[in-house]
Amino acid sequence: MNEYILEANHLTKTYTQRSGRFGFAKSQVKALNDVSIKLRTGKTLAVVGESGSGKSTLARCLLQLQSIDSGEVIFSGKDLGKLNAESLRSVRKDLQMVFQDPFASLNPRMRVGDLVGEGLLIHGLGSAAERQTKVIAMLNRVGLTEADMQKYPHEFSGGQRQRIGIARALVLEPKVVVCDEPVSALDVSIQAQILLLLKELQQEMALSYIFISHDLRVVRHIADDIVVMHQGCVVEQGEVADIYERPRHVYTQNLLAAIPGKKIVNG
Amino acid sequence: MTDSINTVQPLLQLQDVSISPKTSPSRLLVNNVSFTLEAGKTTCVVGESGSGKSLTALSIMGLLSQQLQLTSGKVLFNDKESGVQDIALLSDKALQKIRGAKIAMIFQEPMTSLNPVLTVGYQIGESLTMHLGLKGEVLKAKIATLLEMVGIPSNRAGSYPDELSGGQRQRVMIAMSIACEPRLLIADEPTTALDVTVQAQILKLLDELKTRMNMGMLFITHDFGVVADIADNVVVMFRGEIVEAGSKEQVLSNPQHPYTKALLACVPDAEGKKDLKPIDYAWLSDNKTLSAGT
Repeated sequence: MNEYILEANHLTKTYTQRSGRFGFAKSQVKALNDVSIKLRTGKTLAVVGESGSGKSTLARCLLQLQSIDSGEVIFSGKDLGKLNAESLRSVRKDLQMVFQDPFASLNPRMRVGDLVGEGLLIHGLGSAAERQTKVIAMLNRVGLTEADMQKYPHEFSGGQRQRIGIARALVLEPKVVVCDEPVSALDVSIQAQILLLLKELQQEMALSYIFISHDLRVVRHIADDIVVMHQGCVVEQGEVADIYERPRHVYTQNLLAAIPGKKIVNG
Repeated sequence: MTDSINTVQPLLQLQDVSISPKTSPSRLLVNNVSFTLEAGKTTCVVGESGSGKSLTALSIMGLLSQQLQLTSGKVLFNDKESGVQDIALLSDKALQKIRGAKIAMIFQEPMTSLNPVLTVGYQIGESLTMHLGLKGEVLKAKIATLLEMVGIPSNRAGSYPDELSGGQRQRVMIAMSIACEPRLLIADEPTTALDVTVQAQILKLLDELKTRMNMGMLFITHDFGVVADIADNVVVMFRGEIVEAGSKEQVLSNPQHPYTKALLACVPDAEGKKDLKPIDYAWLSDNKTLSAGT
């Protein structure tokens, strides 16, 4: 097996922004500036940075949800940027995403059973009965019940919706899951539940995670490797334990110093 | 309006405050909440969503929504001029004089709590004109001083909220709230929407202003990290009740109530040494009778 399941080399992405009076002028914003990352198989790579650092753009570019200006994304030996629409769709089954906002990312008019089973339907996996069995198994695994299939998203709490989002991504048995701030909208108690669930599922299903977050305490807990982004550039990357103990870049040092409540050693 | 000036009285004292919907007075959303806050000190109210921490804060300002009511309890506010009075009994008109002048509030979302079509200078000046009657050059000078106090160049007074970053907008909110030098500042999750480095700056600013102006600060948060940085005292709320209260050191390093312990066990630490343990709510409900600590 390859040591790295997903690699991105020299990604750049520039947005054009209207600026000046009445927006007649245009200016360029470099959202990604020569970004290279490597995701180890079965591990979790955290991407941290403040808002505007380009971490969400990176996530979207990795999954080809957004076009890149230059650079390449290699997933199991294939350059995703060079695939045609059809083969890209079949690869997408292995690349799934869990979104930040469990309130906005689920279609309010679909029942949970349809939401979770949608991916299976699109990729044409199994018969209707087989799909149903898979959906039920997945819902049970994330802590929901078969009866929940008939309900709509608004009937659930934030934590439960995030469980639905996770079930929806994992029912396809992907290899890589990109989690874009999956716990930042949740209470700390619910956050702990979801983090543990993600960790358990990683073990069981041999998943590799890209974990986008601005909370360095959460990252310390879940990630093996870390990439620190600032204004579209990677300023530092390496193993989590290493970076937390010996941050080399000033920006990383500032981020670590800003973690609230370092006085709590054990609570 | 009980006893006159009493220096022993704390700045704010909540006595058995209960809040319920008007339509079902027996369903208590906040149940018998009591705590005190002294001038120059910060009390953090911690709890999950739905624990009643924001309702408690809103009830102090008399800002509960139309559907809710204060079923019982007193909100004793110790004001230099009028002595200790139960501000829950005041009329709306009397409350107007206190809100913004003696008790001020900062909200979570600096984007939605500023008016997008007015300059920030105008918005800061509003309460100065209303409560202190400042006008013209005096008003301008005061706005400039306030902006510099919160770390924004005074020439930004003519800017509109959309021209400022999230952190700057929250600084404007702080400038608005401290404009009339309130005795009590209520901050409802003021840093939750901000980046971690900006959060650290805002917490530092609030702490400095609190000391400089000898304000009492009631700080609502769900983040124990923030509590450790800013609090003197901590009140932990769970399902509308206070389960534990005490000094920061006491509550954080030697929690008594099982809920406080469980909540602390959910907080990831920056060293990554701790195993996370989610709260077992079923177990907690069975053990709700356990003593609530000090």
